[in-house]
Amino acid sequence: MMPTITLDKGVFESLVGKKLDLDKLKDRISMLGTDLEKIEGNEIHVEVFPNRPDMLSEQGFARAFGAFIGVSPGLRKYEVKPSGEKTIIKNIPKEWPYAVTAIVKGLKFSDEKIREVVQIQEKLAVTHLRNRKKGGIGIYPLDNITFPVNFTGKAPQEIVYRPLEFSKAISAPEILEKHPTGKKFGNICKGWKKLPVFIDASGKILSMPPIVNSHEMGKINEKTKDVFIEATGTDLETLKVTINILSTALADMGGQIYSMDVMYGDTTLTIPDLSPRRTKVDTAFVNKLLGLNIKELDVKRLLERMGYGYQDGAVLIPAYRADILHQVDLIEDIAIAYGYENFKEELPKVATVGKESDVEILKRRIASILIGVGLLEVHTYHITNEENHDRKMMHPTKLVRLANALTADYDSLRNWMIPSLLRVLSSNTRHEYPQMIFEIGRVFIEDESMETGVREPYRLAVILCGPGFDFTRAKQVFDALMAALDLTYDVAEVEHPSFIPGRVGRASITKKNVAYIGEIAPAVLANWGIEMPAVGFELNISDLFELMKK
Amino acid sequence: MDIKRLAESLHPLEARTVAFLKNAKTLHELVAATGLSEVEVMRALQWLENKDVLKTRQEVKEIVKIDTNGELYAVKGLPEQRLLKALEEVPRTINEVGKQAGLSKEEVGISLGVLRAGGALSLAAGKLSITPAGKKILQKETAEATLLKKLMTHPVNVVHLSDQERATFDSLRRRKSIVKTTLEKTRFVDLTATGKELIKIDVRKLESTVDRLTPEMLRDSSWKNKTFRRYDVCINVPRIYRGKRHFVNQATDYARRVWIEMGFEEMEGPLINTSFWNFDALFTAQDHPVREMQDTFFIHNPQKGNVLSQKLAERIKAVHEHGGNLGSTGWKYAWDIEEAKRNVLRTHTTVLSAKTLASLKKADWPAKFFAVGKCFRNETLDWSHLFEFNQTEGIVVDPDANFRHLLGYLKRFFSKLGFPQARFRPAYFPYTEPSIEIDVFHPVHRTWVELGGAGIFRPEVVEPLLGEPVPVLAWGPGFDRIMLEYYKIADIRDLYSNDIKQLREMKEWMR
Repeated sequence: MMPTITLDKGVFESLVGKKLDLDKLKDRISMLGTDLEKIEGNEIHVEVFPNRPDMLSEQGFARAFGAFIGVSPGLRKYEVKPSGEKTIIKNIPKEWPYAVTAIVKGLKFSDEKIREVVQIQEKLAVTHLRNRKKGGIGIYPLDNITFPVNFTGKAPQEIVYRPLEFSKAISAPEILEKHPTGKKFGNICKGWKKLPVFIDASGKILSMPPIVNSHEMGKINEKTKDVFIEATGTDLETLKVTINILSTALADMGGQIYSMDVMYGDTTLTIPDLSPRRTKVDTAFVNKLLGLNIKELDVKRLLERMGYGYQDGAVLIPAYRADILHQVDLIEDIAIAYGYENFKEELPKVATVGKESDVEILKRRIASILIGVGLLEVHTYHITNEENHDRKMMHPTKLVRLANALTADYDSLRNWMIPSLLRVLSSNTRHEYPQMIFEIGRVFIEDESMETGVREPYRLAVILCGPGFDFTRAKQVFDALMAALDLTYDVAEVEHPSFIPGRVGRASITKKNVAYIGEIAPAVLANWGIEMPAVGFELNISDLFELMKK
Repeated sequence: MDIKRLAESLHPLEARTVAFLKNAKTLHELVAATGLSEVEVMRALQWLENKDVLKTRQEVKEIVKIDTNGELYAVKGLPEQRLLKALEEVPRTINEVGKQAGLSKEEVGISLGVLRAGGALSLAAGKLSITPAGKKILQKETAEATLLKKLMTHPVNVVHLSDQERATFDSLRRRKSIVKTTLEKTRFVDLTATGKELIKIDVRKLESTVDRLTPEMLRDSSWKNKTFRRYDVCINVPRIYRGKRHFVNQATDYARRVWIEMGFEEMEGPLINTSFWNFDALFTAQDHPVREMQDTFFIHNPQKGNVLSQKLAERIKAVHEHGGNLGSTGWKYAWDIEEAKRNVLRTHTTVLSAKTLASLKKADWPAKFFAVGKCFRNETLDWSHLFEFNQTEGIVVDPDANFRHLLGYLKRFFSKLGFPQARFRPAYFPYTEPSIEIDVFHPVHRTWVELGGAGIFRPEVVEPLLGEPVPVLAWGPGFDRIMLEYYKIADIRDLYSNDIKQLREMKEWMR
């Protein structure tokens, strides 16, 4: 699922510093690797790929876009001043061990700005922080807070404060039970002995991450100018990038970033750390992978178009980028800056021999033989249910079941094919008879010797349904198929609860059982609501394939 | 129409009927004359009417018949007669006279009504006696008795009754079960001008034309003296149904052919896979949202499979955790082999590419592979969503391959699928870098349509599987979309509704 963000055209244009006509805008947005979903009045809706959380704000998107179209290429500089304030991390729940905090001053909040901030917070929480499972974000008016701030764990009953939009203070268990976000995200901290809280030096609770802020301490309004921001969660690296994305977006709104000392016992982190990561990019490798012949200077120019810096043969990766794992990630950005539309396609002359899989060849051959005797091929789902297999067929079986099926109608995988064909017949009783159908498909049988614990042989099922069809007719079709494949077979009488006793046989080839042939029992037909005799067979194609290879 | 040709095209039932049309004028007469059943004559008349040989019309007659009581009275006399007779000797009480005449109480009642109206009786001191007018009645047969006798022998058309008979009939009709009427339908046959010409021909002889050529005729050469009945070759015939492939399979076979023509070899594999192959081998982090319940079908039993190669597992663990020795940062988390063992229904055919890469030796390069097959996503069925869908995918393993080659392959591939105009946009997939979204220009709708993704596998995918970070080009167009469009199907569930009528009538895949 791709996250989308909404850009205000006016805000976006002033951030980019250039106006583009609509067609150009559409074209550039999609060639940047994002997708313009729609434009409604002043709102531009854009899909951003999940690896680019830094573009999930108007500011972040405009930053990338401005560089891409050449208005503001290169690494954007952000000044970070030390605030001298501290956050102390102590006695935290083991399930939620990390917090990073910073301060941004000099913001001018309007309704519009508050909307932007809420959007950044929500989009980051949903995508980058996996719907708060990996972390949560908080923004607080700085004025109310007495430093140092403590991030600590408390027993749920000890936590009492007034959550956002509530009229009075309630306890943590009540918040989880009654508050809308408590109900929505409460399962994240289900069963924790301690819950994490931010408490300031005067003992006021700021919030209970990742659930909800305090109404008194954690609600920003138009008067707010300076803010305290935090990210807490399970993975420190993810949180650092989160606070980098958030603080730079606020700086692009006109704020000044101040760092804080975040203290884990003896270790002190200075947050945010916006110094770029340095890495090498090898021009020869760029040219080899992209099939280009560009110079290092071109590489520098193209990287700057994607918001990177380039210095002394090293790429400077902005601190808000979370997606650069390997050189190839930079090379893709070089390709995007170069423009996918500017690459000259080339079909290399590499000699290889095309080949269809042997099983597919056999399947197709069998299908054409059966068409020759007038059968119609059907195509059914692999996913079925126990009712169809067990009760209707009067044949108890053990099915491979799905762990998370959405409906009971489709919650298991078939282990033979004939039930699927009877299901087809049962939904076609209003159509002309005879109905002679077949299908070749996989069935699923538990088998410990397989890598997954399941064997998936191909089976052929044939069912002839109509007045006058009997065992002879079923065996005739089977016989025609065997003759066409140049195979000889034996049939022995057996019992099978889905067939009429005395009218079901087990066919074998060189002593290997390969098929059942028979007349479907009237009770089974009645279970399916079929009022015509039905006869047929089920043949193991995978076994047949092995036999034919010998 | 030429009369002779018309005569020669007559069905045997028609010929037999026509032979008797000169004299027989009704359906009834024709049945008697031809010796055919009524249904057969009716069919023949219908066909002949279609050929403008004759017209049929139906006449309805009301026939007067005697009813059960009427039959009795015709023999024994009407009740009022019998009552009068019983009074001829002496006056009697009502009870006595009923007994004497052998009448039921009801009959006595009716008789008294009739007789008193005619002044045939008088009542004095509780006893009935006959009047002179009554005696007169006994002297001759009544009109009622006359009519009943007549009807005993044969029923009469109501229009043939005389005025007096009509009056008598009307009075009897009001009494219980003495007379009744029935409607008799008669189908008359009137010859048209063509018909009048036709019966001049000796159709008796035509009756001996041959309807079917038989083996006997061929054996004994008797066909030589026979003429064959002319058929109506323009007539619609009952439809027969041929055997055929399911239309989806026709289309996937076509996709297979396109790949093979481009020199690709087919990959095959199971539908259930461990997460190891479906996700981990493709460098999809274990906390990636795609691995969550709402997107992927997990298996309940057996919940877990095995990771067979310990060596490979270690390499995958290394790239996930810290990028191995590839100059990658990896995803920086603790990789869990137990998570990798969880069985899933494959979410993409890329799982086959991963397995193929793991099986290749350096001597096999360069090589090209493809797959066509079912993949699964955990979705509720509706008009645009199926939990089973077809995917097709190809990879090129070539140490010299590059991004421009990928675009070249894509251009050729989509051109073969019928879309000569393709354009490429940046995209994101977890296991390719660079990644491409392919749009093709739809020649009929004249718009760009998204048709699939492509890219070069990340080194973190290739190196652990193949042993070297060779560029592997990969693309996987969604094929269901092309099929829906070709077969003009609006509701995606109709791909697998298996409606036999739909299957019988669905057009062939002609590409």
